[in-house]
Amino acid sequence: MLLTLLAIAAVAVVRLRDLFAVVMLAGIYSLITAAIFVVLDAADVAFTEAAVGAGIATVLMLATLALTGRWEAKPRHRPLLPLIVVTITGAALIWGTTDMPHFADPAAPIHQHVAPRYIEEGPKEVGVPNMVTAILASYRGYDTLGEVIVIFTAGVGVLSLLGLRRRRSSAADASPSTPPTTSEEPPR
Amino acid sequence: MSARPVLEAIAKLLVPYILLFGLYVQFHGDYGPGGGFQAGVIFAAGLILYALAFGLDKAMVVAPPALLRPLSALGVLLYGGVGLVAMLNGGSFLGYDHLAADPIAGQHLGVLLVEFGVGITVAAVMILIFFAFVGRSE
Repeated sequence: MLLTLLAIAAVAVVRLRDLFAVVMLAGIYSLITAAIFVVLDAADVAFTEAAVGAGIATVLMLATLALTGRWEAKPRHRPLLPLIVVTITGAALIWGTTDMPHFADPAAPIHQHVAPRYIEEGPKEVGVPNMVTAILASYRGYDTLGEVIVIFTAGVGVLSLLGLRRRRSSAADASPSTPPTTSEEPPR
Repeated sequence: MSARPVLEAIAKLLVPYILLFGLYVQFHGDYGPGGGFQAGVIFAAGLILYALAFGLDKAMVVAPPALLRPLSALGVLLYGGVGLVAMLNGGSFLGYDHLAADPIAGQHLGVLLVEFGVGITVAAVMILIFFAFVGRSE
């Protein structure tokens, strides 16, 4: 049921030329994905998907639309060749999944590697009831540190590319360290 | 009288609860679903809703970029700092067992601090990126 809604939203996103509607549908797509995560008992991921995918990303896309315009340009190329390439690639990918273990198979390698140790020893070694937190923050501490650095770097990158607009009133005394907003036109 | 009374009234009602829920997800992440990343984005979403309803200028007074920029680095420093303190106490980098006398207490403290660092950085960066995008469009 949810997957059907997901497919409808995805097809609509591809078909529509009105980018405002596309952004809204992309937000709905994320919200349905979050609902699927809840159904799969992955509440931690659902939180993130709902807040980032349906919330913040949608708002950022709308802000971008305000800069770029609402209507998608008509494609200038014929869709036939890309369609053939995509169909072949998709068929190859689906064919590739045929040797993968069955979905939610407890004997799959991914469930036999380190997961049993985390589940059995985690409560004793870390003592944090939420296993997701125990794995992310303790066992996988290096990975999470890397992720935080990635987010920080993304923020630095966006700020150095776009800059922050000074407040209209009393900007000089309130935030003297604000970098000079690029008043010249951005390079196109 | 504002031009969008319904939007502003709803935002006024919702924003405090969203921020409170963000803090709950942050500090209850050890016990229930959630953690630093989720808390950070929920907190940022609350402030973004405030900015959408009341405008960028007011939001920049509530969350001044001059404060958010150091905060976004502070979270990473807190995370790395916990790792270094664990090293100074004789463990390995990010080995929380050595943060306190008891390994379990050390793990609790380490996870809490590290998640707090993640939350600070994520919230600050998300709000800053939003400010940067919307500041461009206005």
